[in-house]
Amino acid sequence: MNKNIKIAARHLNFYYGEHQALFDNNLDIPEHEITAVIGPSGCGKSTHLRIYNRIFELYRNHRAEGEVLLDGQNILSPEVDLLQLRRRVGMIFQKPTPFPMSIFDNVAYPLRLHYKLSHSEIEDKVEEALRGACIWDEVKDKLRQSGMALSGGQQQRLCIARAIAAEPEVLLMDEPTSAIDPVATLKIEELVLELKKRFTIVIVTHNMQQASRISDQTAFFYKGRIIEVGATDQIFTNPRNKKTEEYITGRFG
Amino acid sequence: MQQTDRCFRFACLACAALAGWLMLGVFVQLGAHSAAAWQRFGLGFLCSAEWDPAQGIFGAAPAIVGTLLTTLLALLFAIPLSFVAALFVTEAPDCLARPLSQAIDLLAAIPSVIYGMWGLFVLAPIMQDHVQPLLAAIPGSTRLLGEDDNGFGFLTAGLILSLMILPYMSAVMRDVFRMTPPMLREAAYGAGCTRWEATKDVVMRYGIRGILGGIFIGMGRALGETMAVLFVIGNMMQLPEGLFSGGTTIAATLANNFAESQGLEQSALFALGLILLLMSFGIQVAAQYYLHLTGAKRGEAR
Amino acid sequence: MTSIANTQRRPLFFRRLGDRILAAFSYLSILIAVGGMGWILYTVLLNGAQALTPDILSSASKPYGEPGGGIANALLGTLLITAGATLLAVPPALAAGIYLAEYGKGNRAADLLRFCANVLMGLPSIIVGLFVYVLIVVPTGNFSGFAGTVALAIIMFPVIMRTTEDMMAMVPDTLRESALALGMTRMRTTLCIIARAAKNGLATGVLLSLARVSGETAPLLFTALFADTWPSGFFTEPTANIPVLITEYTTNSPFESMHALGWGAALVISVTILCINIATRCIFHEQKH
Repeated sequence: MNKNIKIAARHLNFYYGEHQALFDNNLDIPEHEITAVIGPSGCGKSTHLRIYNRIFELYRNHRAEGEVLLDGQNILSPEVDLLQLRRRVGMIFQKPTPFPMSIFDNVAYPLRLHYKLSHSEIEDKVEEALRGACIWDEVKDKLRQSGMALSGGQQQRLCIARAIAAEPEVLLMDEPTSAIDPVATLKIEELVLELKKRFTIVIVTHNMQQASRISDQTAFFYKGRIIEVGATDQIFTNPRNKKTEEYITGRFG
Repeated sequence: MQQTDRCFRFACLACAALAGWLMLGVFVQLGAHSAAAWQRFGLGFLCSAEWDPAQGIFGAAPAIVGTLLTTLLALLFAIPLSFVAALFVTEAPDCLARPLSQAIDLLAAIPSVIYGMWGLFVLAPIMQDHVQPLLAAIPGSTRLLGEDDNGFGFLTAGLILSLMILPYMSAVMRDVFRMTPPMLREAAYGAGCTRWEATKDVVMRYGIRGILGGIFIGMGRALGETMAVLFVIGNMMQLPEGLFSGGTTIAATLANNFAESQGLEQSALFALGLILLLMSFGIQVAAQYYLHLTGAKRGEAR
Repeated sequence: MTSIANTQRRPLFFRRLGDRILAAFSYLSILIAVGGMGWILYTVLLNGAQALTPDILSSASKPYGEPGGGIANALLGTLLITAGATLLAVPPALAAGIYLAEYGKGNRAADLLRFCANVLMGLPSIIVGLFVYVLIVVPTGNFSGFAGTVALAIIMFPVIMRTTEDMMAMVPDTLRESALALGMTRMRTTLCIIARAAKNGLATGVLLSLARVSGETAPLLFTALFADTWPSGFFTEPTANIPVLITEYTTNSPFESMHALGWGAALVISVTILCINIATRCIFHEQKH
């Protein structure tokens, strides 16, 4: 395999205070692919994802050891600038998190934060991002309304627009459809497939159908360890590990 | 059985209705007893700066302006301080945050008369010996500060008031900050915000109504506070000439003059009381409105 | 689709600078808040401890200008006034809180009364003094300790009412339902089950309001007024009390010895209030566990 590896986790351990939550994780995330992370709840899949943009550092006692190489550079080293890192690695959360401002400002926010752009440039970029998130047609007439007034699925797509506006390289999605109705979920899945052309995507999901529908590579987590990683087809049709098989056939989880 | 229950419910309602009667009673009584002054002076009472019991001429302007000025000064100091103090307490590690927020809560428990005493014996001399000469040395500052140099006056009163209202405001703001959904905070940091950016653009916007409610609560306190102001304001029935000039507030005027007043003067004092009541009623309504809004929002999120 | 050039990045230095300034400012404000409190308490402690002697605590004050004297009469007066206010305010306030918590959900009258209580809590205490002056002092024709009691009771009432409601609302509905399912009346359920489950919370409310009024000065200025003597006619005569004593002795007197008495009184009242506060915290803490 000579895929370009965008993110490489090496010997990653994670601690919540004294409690160790991840054990020696190794994972390669190929560029311009969708990697799905699956596993029963509490297995450490979200924890793993939250290391990639160091969002865990908001909390005291949360500590990561090991290396995460983004384009070969270890992002866990203290020299890495957090603000830059989070511009390069965007994140979508379990629930929609529109900021308390208008739809336009929500998307323009990261642009204004990270760049000095003229007003017309910002307008162009906002439209581009909203189109990219397949929500432009629904909101183009109410850009000045509050982002919090949209429906759940629209809010989540707004958040995706916000995340892609600042032109990140990687998108982290932490169960992005867990709070969203099935129809809106399908829309977001289509969107994610579309986004893969421009971004490298890591998506945590508890929904195995979702993982099989959209991902190229799947990693199965169990009790803080990565049990099996492989092409999604292989994982779902022919898992090598017994635990993986039990999980995907629904015997536990 | 039905009977006792109904009686019980009615008795409880009667007690709760006391709140309404008290509210109404305060307005009616202050209105009725100030009627003579309103009849005599009309609305000119609000604008006249003269207060001469010997001649029976009374005007509310010095007290009203003084009240507004001390409140404004107090808010000027207290809003930024309580905002960042609340922020600090929310973000600090638990071992530090808990004693700190309890210390701030205790600050609210100290009776205002003790603030007044401290202001009189500690703060006013410091203002006189150190702060006033320092500020007076700035060229052109006398127009703002006034000629007096005894350590009393509006600035000293404002400082004490700000210390008094700080715990109330920061307690409300602290609760507002804690109400921000953790995921929203994470989203802000995830977008690449610094702490300041995340606070001002997301946390503060999200809780803006609660913050406004907290500011109104503090404002209401500052407006009606008597003792802390009484000791250091100078108690002179005159319009403010500068930040260090002596003056008065509505509450201080009442405290100084009411017990010995009679006739028209007492009626004028009741009129002052009514003005204070209306001002603080308005502020309380605003505070309740904003805090109610956040309460409703909190209910939705749950 | 054009991507944004690197040259258009906002420099990180200035963004971080804002952060630094905020951090420095927040340390400063904490320092001011906690330092201010420490300073006030320190002043009270220092001056009060020097002034307080057993003699002062046991003798009555002398008329203005005469040397010597103590604060015992004012202590007794304050005790009487606040105890009276507690007796007067607690029963109706608890009942009012019960009404809001048990019968007041989605009830417009209750919403209005809750709003009134909230507003009453924020009204300047000196206004309450004026109100009670009209209510008690004018009809009876004299200032009295009882008038002070009524004034403090009016201030306590909304505080207890609202905390009672909050505390009773914290009791889970399942408890309420299971008691009613046993065939208990609403009244017995409320008094025997809900109030008992929330009893620490109710005590918190009462103590909180007590701490709040025991230092209140403004409403006493036109009601209880002040006296140099032991409280003799609680319903007919001005009654000595600590807060007004502090005011009188510090603002109306050039004498060092009277200032000292004022500091002593300030220490006594501060320590009392701090103790009530700490007790409140302990009781409330116990409730949570």
